[in-house]
Amino acid sequence: MNNLKKIIYNCKQATFLIEKKSFSKLSFREVIELRIHLYGCSFCKLYSKQSKVINDMVQQLFRSSIKPEIRLDDGFKKELQERIEEELNKN
Amino acid sequence: MFLNSYMINHLNPHQWVNAHADYLYAFAISRINNEEQAKDLVQDTFLAALEKINNFEGKSSERTWLIAILKNKIIDVYRKKSSGLRTTDIKEAEQEQNDFFEEHTGHWIAEYGPKEFGIEDKDHIISKEFEQILQKCLQKLPVLWKAVFTMKHIEDESTDTICAELKVTSSNFWVIIHRTKLNLRACLQKNWI
Repeated sequence: MNNLKKIIYNCKQATFLIEKKSFSKLSFREVIELRIHLYGCSFCKLYSKQSKVINDMVQQLFRSSIKPEIRLDDGFKKELQERIEEELNKN
Repeated sequence: MFLNSYMINHLNPHQWVNAHADYLYAFAISRINNEEQAKDLVQDTFLAALEKINNFEGKSSERTWLIAILKNKIIDVYRKKSSGLRTTDIKEAEQEQNDFFEEHTGHWIAEYGPKEFGIEDKDHIISKEFEQILQKCLQKLPVLWKAVFTMKHIEDESTDTICAELKVTSSNFWVIIHRTKLNLRACLQKNWI
């Protein structure tokens, strides 16, 4: 099987290219290969969509997990500021 | 009282804890998931900041500058965590993927092929339940994979930086990015639908 044929039918390779594409420029050849694959493969078309959604959601998750109600206890904070003052006075 | 150069550049370490400690802590918790370790990171961040206080050029806000220092500390944690035994959890995760594709053709095996989550076309506001599943699926990833994935997707680090910090080759980097997403997606499909 020649290389072009390989990718046209290979979902493992196609999903690899989908991931690579979100951070890096694909070569001209890779672009063509992926386009041909996606044209005929509904699984990978859906994968591609979901992959982007997952990226969005992971980012949302990290952003929303910095919650204002997560706080350090006051004792720790007091000690920490004292430590900082100490260091400042050294100079 | 004389003015220190850092004050001219709008740093006020006398107010650091008040102004930033809780935020830095929450930021660290979101990445590290361990309260004690997160506390240590906040402290280390302030101490490291004091050491280079005179290098601050005032190009960013005080908080942005502190967060940048914290991020470097977090990368150190990722590196330490993933540098130990990296084989077992990765092997397991890779094993899981052997089921996704036909060995010779690389076709999706129907059972594992992508199915609609039912949220693909909405504007991606995620529900609490989905968020919990996503959280769980992220926790299940091998340590090194999660470190690579978070540094790329969340911290927006360059590929070169990630490869250098976590000691992975650039071809292995892409393999990890790919495999992480395959496992994450499969985990979501398994637990959500």
